[in-house]
Amino acid sequence: MTRVPDTTPEGAPEDTVRSTAADTAESTGGSATAGAARAAAPDEATGEAVNETTNEAAGPARKTAEVRRRGAGRPPTRASRLLQNRWAGLAGLLVALLAPFVNATPYALSVMTSAAIFVMLAAGLNIVVGYCGLLDLGYVAFFAVGAYTSGVLATRLDLPLVATVPAVIVVTVVAGIVIGAPTLRLRSDYLAIVTLGFGEIIRITANNLDVTGGPSGIYGIPGLAGSPVAFYYLTVVVVALAVLGAARLGRSRIGRAWRFVREDEDAAEAMGVHTYRVKLAAYIAGAVWGGLAGVLFAAHLSAISPGSFTFLQSALVLMAVVLGGMGSIPGVVIGAIVISILPEILRDLADYRFFLFGVLLIAVMLLRPQGLWPARSKEVP
Amino acid sequence: MTTLLSVSDLRLSFGGLLAIDGLTFSVNEAEVVSVIGPNGAGKTSAFNCVTGFYRPTAGQIMLRGRSLRGLRPSAVAALGVARTFQNLRLFGELSVLDNVRAGAHLWLRQNVLDALLHTPRYRRSERECTEQAHHWLDFVGLRGDRYGEARHLPYGEQRRVEIARALARRPDLLLLDEPAAGLNHGEKTELLDLIRRIQALGVAIVLIEHDMGLVMEVSERVVVLNFGKEIADGRPEDVRRDPAVIEAYLGSDTHA
Repeated sequence: MTRVPDTTPEGAPEDTVRSTAADTAESTGGSATAGAARAAAPDEATGEAVNETTNEAAGPARKTAEVRRRGAGRPPTRASRLLQNRWAGLAGLLVALLAPFVNATPYALSVMTSAAIFVMLAAGLNIVVGYCGLLDLGYVAFFAVGAYTSGVLATRLDLPLVATVPAVIVVTVVAGIVIGAPTLRLRSDYLAIVTLGFGEIIRITANNLDVTGGPSGIYGIPGLAGSPVAFYYLTVVVVALAVLGAARLGRSRIGRAWRFVREDEDAAEAMGVHTYRVKLAAYIAGAVWGGLAGVLFAAHLSAISPGSFTFLQSALVLMAVVLGGMGSIPGVVIGAIVISILPEILRDLADYRFFLFGVLLIAVMLLRPQGLWPARSKEVP
Repeated sequence: MTTLLSVSDLRLSFGGLLAIDGLTFSVNEAEVVSVIGPNGAGKTSAFNCVTGFYRPTAGQIMLRGRSLRGLRPSAVAALGVARTFQNLRLFGELSVLDNVRAGAHLWLRQNVLDALLHTPRYRRSERECTEQAHHWLDFVGLRGDRYGEARHLPYGEQRRVEIARALARRPDLLLLDEPAAGLNHGEKTELLDLIRRIQALGVAIVLIEHDMGLVMEVSERVVVLNFGKEIADGRPEDVRRDPAVIEAYLGSDTHA
C-alpha cells in the first residue's frame, strides 16, 4: 500500500506567507496596557516586519494567500485600530504618570495609589476568571497572603520590604497550589463555594494567629519609597508591568490554553491540553499577582489587619473584572479604576454614597452586560 | 502493513448496562476503517474509550505497542491521536484561527518566560503556529472568515474547522465521529475528497458514519457493531452482503 503524499504536515509553513506580526500581537483583541510596554521593547514591531519582507514570494501559494487575506478579513475600522494599537496603552500610562501634576494632595495620591493596586488585583483575577473561566470568590486570600508575608517578614526580621518579594512569590505559589490542587478538580459552582471558603479561612487564620498580630494586625511596615509621590510612581510602574505581563501571558500558548479550557474543557483535553495543570497554572499566576499587589498594599498603608481582607474585597475585585469585561485587559483596567474611584467621587453624598454606587453598578450591568470594554476574539489579519 | 491501533476484547459498562461487549478490531497505518452500526450500538463509546474520555471496564487498547488504557485524554492526544466530536465541539467564542491553534498546542516550544519577555523563540513559535493554522484551514478548504469567531461560521464550515483543528495536532490516527452529519450533498463529496487527502498524508482514519454511500466509498475495512458486540469486520463489499449486518440494520422476522 503505497501512497504519494501531496502535502506533508511539515511542509506547511513554506507556502503560507502572511503578516504574523499583526496576527500574533493582536490576537486576543486590544490590550491597551500591553501596547504601553510594547513600546518599551521597540525592536519588536520592526523585527517582525523584517521577517515578513525577507520571506520570498512562494509563487501561486502566495497569490492565494493574498486573495484570501483580502477576501476573508475585513479591514478594521479606524476606531478599532485607534483603540487596539499600542498608543491606547501608552496614553493610559501617560495619564497615570501625569495625574500627580494635576492633583497631588495626599488624599488624591492615596486614592490613585489604591486604584493602581486595585488594577493589579483585577489583572490577576482576570487570569483566573476572565481567561480561564474559573469563578474564584476568595481571591482576596492571595492578597492577604502576600501582604501578611511581606509585613511579618519586614517587621519581625527588620528586612526592607523589597527583600521580602522573593519570599512572597514562593509563599503565594505554595498557597495557590495548596488551595488550587484540591479545588480545581471541581467544576463551576462547587469551585466558587470552595474558593469562598478558603478566602474566609485565610482571613480568620490571620485573625487568630499571634504572628499576624491577631485582630489588630501588623503596623509599622516600612515603605518602599521616600515620599507618597515616589511611591505612587513606583506603584504605577509595577502595576503597568503586571498588567503587561498578564496581557502577554494571555496572548501566549498558555493563555490560549486557558481560553480553550474556558470554552470547552473536553475539546481542549482532546487537543492535548492537560486541563488540570493549565487551570492550576492560571490559579498560581493569579495568586502571584494578588500576592505582589499585597506587598504594595502593605507598603502603602504601613499597617494591615484582617479587616482589609473580607469577602467584600473579593467581590469588589470580581466586580471590577466583570464590569470592565472578562478577559479584556483594557476593560479590566477601566473596571478596576471605576470600582476604586467611584466611591471617592461619590463621597460628598455622605449616606447615599454606597446606595448610589450600587445603583450605578446595576445600571452599567443592565446597559452593558458584556462589560465596559469587552474582550474581542476577532483577529486583525 | 503495520498495525497502528489494536483494540482487543474491549468492555465498557455503565452500572448494569453493557455498552461495549468484547470489541476487537485493529487499524493499520494510513488505513481508513469505518465503524458502523445502529444508534446506541456503542460506536461513540468505543471512541471515548480509545481517546481516554471513558475508562473501559476491561480489555486492551494499544497504539504502536503502547497501552492507552488509563491515560487521560490529553496524554492520548500527545501520543498522536486526534478526534472530532459527534456534536461539534468548537471553541465558539474564539477566532477560527485560535481554534486551529489549539491543535498545534503540543507542537509549540515556548515557556512562560518566553511569553513574558517576548523572546525570539516566542515570536518564532507564534508565527509558526499561525502559519500552521492557516495551512490546515487551506487544507480543509475553509472559505469563510478565519479571523472572526468560530460560532459565526455556517455549520458545514464549522465541521471543516473541527477537522482542521484535529489535523493541526498532526496525528497518526484521526477519529472522525459522524463527520458527514448535517452536510449537504456537495459538502459530502468534498468530505470524501478531504478524507482521501488526509489518508494520503499517511494518517490512519477511523470513521463513525451513518452515510453508507460515504462509508462504502472511502473505507478499506468496515467494522459493524450492534448492541456493543462486533458482528462483522471486513471489506466493505463483503460486509454489505453479510446476513448478520443486514439483520442488524433491517431487523429480522425470526425473532419478531
